[in-house]
Amino acid sequence: MSESRPESVDRTSVDHVNGITPDVVRHLAGLSRIALTDDEIEKLTGELGVILASIDKVSEVATPDVPGTSHPILLTNVFRADVPGETLTTAQALAGAPDHDGSRFRVTAILGEEQ
Amino acid sequence: MSLTTLTTLTAADLGRKLAAGEVSSVEVTQAHLDRIAAVDTDVHAFLHINEQALDTAAAIDKQRAGGDKLGELAGVPIAIKDVLCTIGMPSTAGSRILEGWVPPYDATVVARLRAAGLVPLGKTNMDEFAMGSSTEHSAFGPTHNPWDLDRIPGGSGGGSAAAVAAFEAPIALGSDTGGSIRQPAAVTGSVGMKPTYGGVSRYGAIALASSLDQVGPVSRTVLDAALVHDVIGGWDPRDSTSLKDEWPSFAEAARAGARQESLKGLRIGVVKELDAPGFQAGVSQRFHEALALLEGAGAEIVEVSAPNFEYAVAAYYLILPAEASSNLAKFDSVRFGLRVNPVGGGTVEDVMAATREAGFGAEVKRRVILGTYALSAGYYDAYYGSAQKVRTLIQRDFAAAFSQADVLVSPAAPTTAFKLGEKLEDPLAMYLNDVTTIPANLAGIPGMGLPMGLAPEDGLPVGIQLMAPARADDRLYKLGATLERLLEEKWGHTLLSQAPDLGPGEMFGPESGAI
Repeated sequence: MSESRPESVDRTSVDHVNGITPDVVRHLAGLSRIALTDDEIEKLTGELGVILASIDKVSEVATPDVPGTSHPILLTNVFRADVPGETLTTAQALAGAPDHDGSRFRVTAILGEEQ
Repeated sequence: MSLTTLTTLTAADLGRKLAAGEVSSVEVTQAHLDRIAAVDTDVHAFLHINEQALDTAAAIDKQRAGGDKLGELAGVPIAIKDVLCTIGMPSTAGSRILEGWVPPYDATVVARLRAAGLVPLGKTNMDEFAMGSSTEHSAFGPTHNPWDLDRIPGGSGGGSAAAVAAFEAPIALGSDTGGSIRQPAAVTGSVGMKPTYGGVSRYGAIALASSLDQVGPVSRTVLDAALVHDVIGGWDPRDSTSLKDEWPSFAEAARAGARQESLKGLRIGVVKELDAPGFQAGVSQRFHEALALLEGAGAEIVEVSAPNFEYAVAAYYLILPAEASSNLAKFDSVRFGLRVNPVGGGTVEDVMAATREAGFGAEVKRRVILGTYALSAGYYDAYYGSAQKVRTLIQRDFAAAFSQADVLVSPAAPTTAFKLGEKLEDPLAMYLNDVTTIPANLAGIPGMGLPMGLAPEDGLPVGIQLMAPARADDRLYKLGATLERLLEEKWGHTLLSQAPDLGPGEMFGPESGAI
């Protein structure tokens, strides 16, 4: 999966937190790579609306003058010496894989037909 | 000494008897395996029992017989939360997506346990990927509270807490992202410590929310938690968030605390916002009795205010899902764990989506979707960004509180153990169980949960939480051990000696005397 930030949610389908619609949840499920069923999407739509309404209150005190905290005890420039460390053997790395050919992980097609 | 008695001893006492040659590690380990066999069908604290346990114990006995210098806990059995990677034992984090997965490496804390001669008994149950406060979100069925099998043991580390409370293990490892060590301790009458963020390595702990997660000890006594902390703690080059501090001996702090007669000169701050009217009556009552006991021992009780704690749960449920949605991206059906091929085949992305649909439970899906939303462009600043600002405000609240008090206290959980199923369909109600414990995770400070009595209305355990500034973990062990002694002197026994019998082997005769 991509390590980058997910692309934008279509804002036209969301007016506010309580405007979470099944389409928004379906889109988020796609970004999250979870093949949710229609029943799950319906249930989550209601639940997410309620949860978001309750956590929306963070914006009440998050004024521009307050800096954010990403880690509770911030460390910077954590480096180690640039020397080879212990690594897994190929066999160890493949041991838990659903499928492999002895030296590589095996997956199905990366691209679909329309691509 | 009978084998059933061995399971009631503390880890410190077992270590002493092992060192003195009064018992062997094989005997101690066998006693705990027997206890597990007798009660774990009902309690379900364990997901896996270590088949090598007796061999490991025999090897320790051999080392001891050969005159090797061994650590204080060598030969003592320990249970390990299933969130920690263990060579030779499946590590599932309570999820179907990792069912049967045996890691190719040990978590650093596990490697340190093994090096110190402790005997891993097995892996304990937990909410899936540590998302929950009841263990009901485990893909492998809930753990039951040893005090009342119809009730939750807390979560996510309900398995570790139940294992020590049911005398299946003297000590265990847990992990605490928003209270998963301290809240289960509160509702099972056991002890749990969340160390300072960075105080214990997370290498090999299956990550939930990396800016919040911390590994720590679970036990029946403060000293036992300290002994485990001394073994697992300290800098680890494999965890880039690990602190390079030189830590004092926490066992020494606990022993000094147990000896300490007077608390004169200690300022104990009561967080006004965590002594709330919405808490269960018996929780508030026992909390105020504990305060009176501390005051009677010479401590100065001061009220402190933390106005931004009101926003802590909201900030937590933005930060946690955001980080979890990123951390759980690794479960992609390629390198480890489950793979589900959709009907008619598909691309690797279709396989991923089908796998994650089948392999993740409802709560995991809920939080991954919520986190993906909170991180989306256009919402990132409003949600994740705001939550990070709240985090700063909560750190400032703690800084102000610790300028007035050496240690802060609150109830460790707002209620006693609730019934299995009671809050399962109401995610928000479930999230509020951690209202007392979440602030410490957001600020990275250490927190300890320990028993403070039984609620009069339901006879179930209630816990107190102690909090100290970052890096002052030793203060919690010292005060925790003092409070533990004061309470046990008042009761005339330990709290867990009042737990009901579970197994066919009689553990305790009935004891009278209300707590």
